[in-house]
Amino acid sequence: MKGFWAVFKREFKSYFTTPLAYVFLVVFLFFSGYLTFKEGFFEARQADMTAFFVSMPLLFVFLVPAAAMRLWAEERKTGSIELLFTLPITVTQAVLGKFFAAWLFLIVAMALTFPMAITVCFLGKPDMGLILAGYLASVLMAGGFLAIGCFFSAISNNQVISFVLSVVACAVLVFAGMPTTMNYLATFLPAGLVESISTMSFQEHFDSMQRGVLELKDVSYFVILIAGWLAACGIVLDERKAG
Amino acid sequence: MAVDGVSFEVEKGQVLGFLGPNGAGKSTVMRMLACFLRPDSGTAQICGFDIFKNPIQVRQNIGYLAENVPAYNEMTVGAFLNFVCDVRNLENQKIKQALDKVVSMCHIESVYHQTIETLSKGYKRRVGLAQALIHDPPVLILDEPTDGLDPNQKHEVRQLIGKMAKDKCIVVSTHILEEVEAVCDRAIIIARGKILADSTPEELKNKYNCTLEEVFRKITTHKVA
Repeated sequence: MKGFWAVFKREFKSYFTTPLAYVFLVVFLFFSGYLTFKEGFFEARQADMTAFFVSMPLLFVFLVPAAAMRLWAEERKTGSIELLFTLPITVTQAVLGKFFAAWLFLIVAMALTFPMAITVCFLGKPDMGLILAGYLASVLMAGGFLAIGCFFSAISNNQVISFVLSVVACAVLVFAGMPTTMNYLATFLPAGLVESISTMSFQEHFDSMQRGVLELKDVSYFVILIAGWLAACGIVLDERKAG
Repeated sequence: MAVDGVSFEVEKGQVLGFLGPNGAGKSTVMRMLACFLRPDSGTAQICGFDIFKNPIQVRQNIGYLAENVPAYNEMTVGAFLNFVCDVRNLENQKIKQALDKVVSMCHIESVYHQTIETLSKGYKRRVGLAQALIHDPPVLILDEPTDGLDPNQKHEVRQLIGKMAKDKCIVVSTHILEEVEAVCDRAIIIARGKILADSTPEELKNKYNCTLEEVFRKITTHKVA
């Protein structure tokens, strides 16, 4: 447990000792605001944050892998992985410590979008439950992308490679649930298969949560996804620590 | 295969010098002892703990300085050492004491608040050494601890090893043969992953009737050729 906290603390602080955190926060906050107004935040004349949340998956496809790519690739590159895994901690502790530190960082980034919520509250009487559900959905989705990013960061010592691979993996999971993809697949695949592909995608689960429907199947989808990719990350690290 | 059937025992109070040409497998053996690499066959025990069954206890009992002195470059020396204390689960009251001790032992007071990436090679190595000593481990595994240090610093590190030798078990790898004579009371020479000699430096010199450097050359080049 002590090992987990030590890794967690170090990793979280390290985001802020490098310019990474600030660049990330500025870019994230700018684009989350920009996309919201482009979606028609005012034009919708509704006191809710739908316009804000719908652009989250697309934004996360690029930004979460950027926050995740250094987690293990950098340790391998600088050789500090040899230090980390000759200290008395288990691979599980290290993987979880890093994952939760990065997740907390993303949560901080999302928490900084609070002016959007204040604006909505100022302009009307929004359903707070809906906004909270939207944030919860975004946090869980960020966790899912992050777990994928962790895995691809662990398989390579090159940050660019791990970034590209995790963007592709995340994009596949997001686009599988988009209406255009589904319509296209429906032209040559049986309906049942199209249905199961879309239930595997982020989009479907994110949408239903973001609409305020908090179902066990959506939450468990993200939890299982995170656990699965992190377990894979742990196995990869355990098998191939050096090099 | 980097290492083939290397087997040895070291006792408390002994300083074992691990010699061999580049690529002989010195670092591989040390990485295995520190539970970083897993041997395909065979095993090792440190303080009674097996590297397969109790890797965590093994790592608790060793201080390990890797060859390229890995550290988190963006951290300051102080933050880095505090992190190591944290992971090693040192109690809060002891952390301060332990820090004071290793910082003065390794002479890194002047760079304590500097980030590690700005340090010279010699200071980096001393920070690495401080990291390995901070929990006062019974077993020390040092991969080329004096590489990149100036003659004064080399001398200091040797003295440090000599001072600690009484109540610790130390394994040192090196290319520098005068160092073996200065600090080690036993030397193992390996090349191409095999042990070629295991004896005291004195005995080696007497046996071949020449200096240690010539012994080293005779043993290793002969076998490689």
